[in-house]
Amino acid sequence: MENLILQSFIWIGLVGLVIGISLAVAARYLAVKEDPRIGELTDLLPGANCGGCGFAGCADYAKAIIVDNADITLCAPGGSECADAIASYLGVASKSVEKMTAIVLCSGDDSNSKRRFDYNGISDCAAAQATAGGDKSCSWGCLGYGSCARVCPVNAISIINGLAKVDKELCIACGKCIAVCPRKLIKLVPASAVIHVLCSSKDKGPVVKKVCSTGCIGCRLCTKFGDEGAFIMDGFLAKRDYSVAVTKEEVIDKCPAKCILKD
Amino acid sequence: MQTIKSPYNFRGGIHPDYHKELSSGAAIKRLPMPAVLSVPMSQHLGAPAKPCVKAGDVVQRGSIIGEQNGFISVPVHSPANGKVTAITDVSTASGRLCQAVTIECSEAGETLSMSPITLWKNTDRDELRARIGEAGVVGMGGAGFPTKVKLSPPMDKPIDTVILNGAECEPYLTSDHRMMIEHAKEIRIGAEIIRYILGAKTLRIAIEDNKPDAIKAMAEAFEGIDGDVAVTVLHTSYPQGSEKQQIYAVTGREVPRGGLPMDVGCVVENTSTTFAIYEAVVKGIPLIERVITVTGDAVAEPSNLLAPFGTSYQDLIDASGGFTNAKAAKVISGGPMMGFTVSSLDTPTGKTASGLLLLSKKRVTQYTSQACISCGRCVEACPMGLIPSELSQFIEADDAEGAEAISLMDCIECGSCAFVCPARRPLVQHMRRGKAIVMAKRAAAKH
Repeated sequence: MENLILQSFIWIGLVGLVIGISLAVAARYLAVKEDPRIGELTDLLPGANCGGCGFAGCADYAKAIIVDNADITLCAPGGSECADAIASYLGVASKSVEKMTAIVLCSGDDSNSKRRFDYNGISDCAAAQATAGGDKSCSWGCLGYGSCARVCPVNAISIINGLAKVDKELCIACGKCIAVCPRKLIKLVPASAVIHVLCSSKDKGPVVKKVCSTGCIGCRLCTKFGDEGAFIMDGFLAKRDYSVAVTKEEVIDKCPAKCILKD
Repeated sequence: MQTIKSPYNFRGGIHPDYHKELSSGAAIKRLPMPAVLSVPMSQHLGAPAKPCVKAGDVVQRGSIIGEQNGFISVPVHSPANGKVTAITDVSTASGRLCQAVTIECSEAGETLSMSPITLWKNTDRDELRARIGEAGVVGMGGAGFPTKVKLSPPMDKPIDTVILNGAECEPYLTSDHRMMIEHAKEIRIGAEIIRYILGAKTLRIAIEDNKPDAIKAMAEAFEGIDGDVAVTVLHTSYPQGSEKQQIYAVTGREVPRGGLPMDVGCVVENTSTTFAIYEAVVKGIPLIERVITVTGDAVAEPSNLLAPFGTSYQDLIDASGGFTNAKAAKVISGGPMMGFTVSSLDTPTGKTASGLLLLSKKRVTQYTSQACISCGRCVEACPMGLIPSELSQFIEADDAEGAEAISLMDCIECGSCAFVCPARRPLVQHMRRGKAIVMAKRAAAKH
């Protein structure tokens, strides 16, 4: 009996020892050699793993910089600070990164725009869009079912009264909301810009007025009263050219539809 | 004329209340030509037709107003004499935006027809196929697949069995039912043409056992026909009218996964499509109108109207006695299981819409859906043998790949799962969403 117990201990002990030695040998001779710079560069990145750079997380981006010479300005959450840090680590010249933010170019919430039927289905914008073209009377505007809010990794988007709104302070400009919006309403704009045309409807003025009280009617007054080139027309829709700053803020009051807003 | 009782029963399926008695006794009535028709260019699967007329043009009933656009496409013909007033964009019943030719209809005139092919038995098969294509015939059971393409299987897929689909398994709908009672003789000729074109040996007329008058009418009309022909009486079950399920119920053959009926030597044609084939070949008339069942508890006189394509839903409702005291809470194009809810009564009819369902508040319930309780009722009901509960949970979690791995793409969107779900989950909407994500990924991968 005792012999058996003792034997078991010895045998298992021996097997354990053999495996332990094999592991130690393998750790020494079969280890995957990773460039240590990749680990150090990963630590310089924000660590949000948001995927906004186009790579699978911060470690993957760091690897791409070291191995494939990826652009060092791709990290939107990291911004200039991060680009500078990477540049000085690699010993190269830094490039400036403008802080960007996402913005939903629509101001039609449930109090100033109409719904044309009762949608009783999944709370997902693409699914709502697929159901008879979406329940919003305006075929261009925000459906408000929150697909963008759900996909945002930092919870920067809220749905207020059936309209999505991005909190500029929280937004890391990763682009996930832009990809998921079925109506392509969300745009990436410089965070320094504060004046926006909050409408994406390309319909003619009378059609817009029927479905939304704050929709752009294409009257072109902003192109006349705003700074030269700050507002450009795309058919019946006014758009901001963000390379031109707005100094004449009276253009906000000139807009009859009240769709030009200051952040 | 033999009447066989089907020995097979497809798995799953449901038995909803049918309400067919509302309109099954109403003989087909021709709708007086409306003042305006808005004829959509997309009434079929495949690329929409290209309008070949412009505002101001005079058109004749039967003349081409939309040209075929590619291989999987058909031409669209004018259902009326009149003048084109505009080419507009319309939202069809399925929510798809497409072009439409608006015609101001004038009084009766000559119908432009092609030359009748009475001696079709001695006519080259390809000529008959071309005629069916030129006439714009598509699957009128709902899919709208161009019939010419369906009747042109490749050489390595010989067809031995033609099945006429007279199941009409959706609740409320009775257009095929009335067609079989009132036009059985023409359907017979259409069936013989299909059989001749495909060189098939066997012909089966599949009808559910809830339509004994149609079974009798078809059996009488096919009396004396040569060859292996019989009426197969099917067990009434939804979705008996679904191709794959029907082939199994009639022949016992299973269409392989991702395959087509021709893979098991079968072709299934809807009875209204068969009638359209007869009209196109023997009378030279293109497809310009169809019987549409206007029914539901919100309409005063449920009827089966023979209406030209492009008729607005409002015109159909007016011709059926208008709304009852209860205005419609829900308007559905098609049947309650797979039809599309529409938001405007200006929506025009098309080749594939066989019904207009007007339901009052009493018959419509808005459910709040909950989480899956894993009861398994959907698994019992699914005619394709899928697991709707798991599929919908994958899709809710945005994992379309996981859903694809457990056969999401085999779903026929029949709605049996959603019908039985005690948690009231919008299962078909989940499936459609998942499929859209998978298709988008596949399209992106190609580039």
